[in-house]
Amino acid sequence: MSISLPHALSVWRRNAAMYRRTWWLNILPNFFEPVLYLAAIGIGVGGYISEMGGMSYMQFLAPGLLCVAAMNGASFEVTYNIYVRLTFEKSYDAMLTTPIEPDDVLVGEVLWAITRSCIYGGCFFAVIALFGLAPRPAALLALGIIPLTGLLFAALGMAFTLRIPNIDLFSFYFTLFLTPLFLFSDIFFPLKERLSGGWLWVAEVLPLLHPVRLARAAFAGKASPVLAWDVVYVLALSLLLLAWARRSVRRRLTS
Amino acid sequence: MIVEVRSVSKRFGDRLAVDEVTLDVPAGVCFGLLGPNGAGKTTTLRMIYGVTRPTSGSIRVFEMDIAAARRRVRARLGVTLQQNVLIEALSPLENLRVFGRYHLLREPELSRRAQELIDFLELRSHATLPVRQLSGGLQRRLAIAQSLINAPDLLILDEPTTGLDPAVRLALWSRIRELCATGTTVLLTTHYMDEAQRLCDHVAIMSLGKVISEGAPADLIDSLLAREAVEFDCTPHEESLFLDGIPPPEHRLRAGRRLMIYLDDATALAAHVRQRDPHDARSLVVRPTNLEDVFLSLTGTNLEWQQ
Repeated sequence: MSISLPHALSVWRRNAAMYRRTWWLNILPNFFEPVLYLAAIGIGVGGYISEMGGMSYMQFLAPGLLCVAAMNGASFEVTYNIYVRLTFEKSYDAMLTTPIEPDDVLVGEVLWAITRSCIYGGCFFAVIALFGLAPRPAALLALGIIPLTGLLFAALGMAFTLRIPNIDLFSFYFTLFLTPLFLFSDIFFPLKERLSGGWLWVAEVLPLLHPVRLARAAFAGKASPVLAWDVVYVLALSLLLLAWARRSVRRRLTS
Repeated sequence: MIVEVRSVSKRFGDRLAVDEVTLDVPAGVCFGLLGPNGAGKTTTLRMIYGVTRPTSGSIRVFEMDIAAARRRVRARLGVTLQQNVLIEALSPLENLRVFGRYHLLREPELSRRAQELIDFLELRSHATLPVRQLSGGLQRRLAIAQSLINAPDLLILDEPTTGLDPAVRLALWSRIRELCATGTTVLLTTHYMDEAQRLCDHVAIMSLGKVISEGAPADLIDSLLAREAVEFDCTPHEESLFLDGIPPPEHRLRAGRRLMIYLDDATALAAHVRQRDPHDARSLVVRPTNLEDVFLSLTGTNLEWQQ
């Protein structure tokens, strides 16, 4: 059976109704994380660095941390929150007693994860704009990269969440997957200047690298052909993972 | 027929959860699916509303094949799951509105319907409190209200009153009867026989995935057991002493020290036992045979059924 957008949106609205009540519990830690990094590393470490990539260190950090905010917004939603709804709260079992089908659940949840990445990314963008770290109008294009990052990490997290038998395994996802991405995705230093040729190719598999490169290009107002590859990478990997997640959701909910 | 289940089986790996079940639920009745835990009741319900696919057999609901018309069928039915699925941070009214949207209800219909159900299940004084502050009974009522949001023609209740206090159970039973009286078909599972006897026009008893007996509660009792039951405490050794001198009863059932004997006229046996036990140390009870006796005699869980 095909996807019904109105039903998917009713799943989205469930989360929105709940989020309106608890947003301050969720938004504070996730939103402040990149802000704290910007302050500590940008102002602290940045004080010892005269420039990086031809700009101040704060300016260098801003686009990458914007993607991190978007990544976090989506990741927390599709990991812990979805696991709890799936396993403990049985929210999806209740939805499936109505005309909602598993595909609608998946679409609704991905749209909601993207929404949360937009909330975090949007707030963070406002902060960096306020600090004068996004001086060019082209930086506004980075706003379009936020939902793209949200989609990618919604798909990655969902694929992981549907697979694991135990909630404790999320620490692997965060510590051994998202943290390395955070550290090695061109956010804190230009990969191109620190890695030799072969390793640069290996780095291309890192999912966060691609949104960061797109955001950096938007902030700098400079387009280049490699950006097309970045967009293709993000969309293709997302769709592949979601196709896989679709099968898992059906199996989990309709056995 | 509102629901037609035809030779349906469901296999999970090596385990046959439902085994060649055939059921007919006519319009407007309250139909009870009884059975011990693990008998296959919940799996049968899940197949009826189309979430679990049968391994073999066919199911029609509202004259539609459930495999081909899941969305259309589910638009016209409501299901209360065993576990309450509620959003604890939200109020009952907000929960109902969220659930109504799953059925694509829109304002003002959505709020009107939510308010009606708040009134119907007597949740008015708690309608705007966060659900986490409500008692178990109130939460259960809200869960049932949710499954009524689309004014369903068929209401499916999976163990509606498990774990509730007697007053709440009575209140819920009368609500369920009211729904039946106004034309809603009700299909429920329970392992409380008093609930089945009070509520259901028709029951099917399941055990190990099979329907082992079916009919109106009164007919089942009549056809399977004698009219009266005599209960008293005695060890198997003492049993022969008490029954000495009277014709051996056709049906008897033992649960630990408790012996239950079924006969059409219990007067003679009761007098016989009282004579040997003048101070009623044996807690003798004479009562009409009920559905619980039928259930125990058929499923025999933990109890030894002797003929």
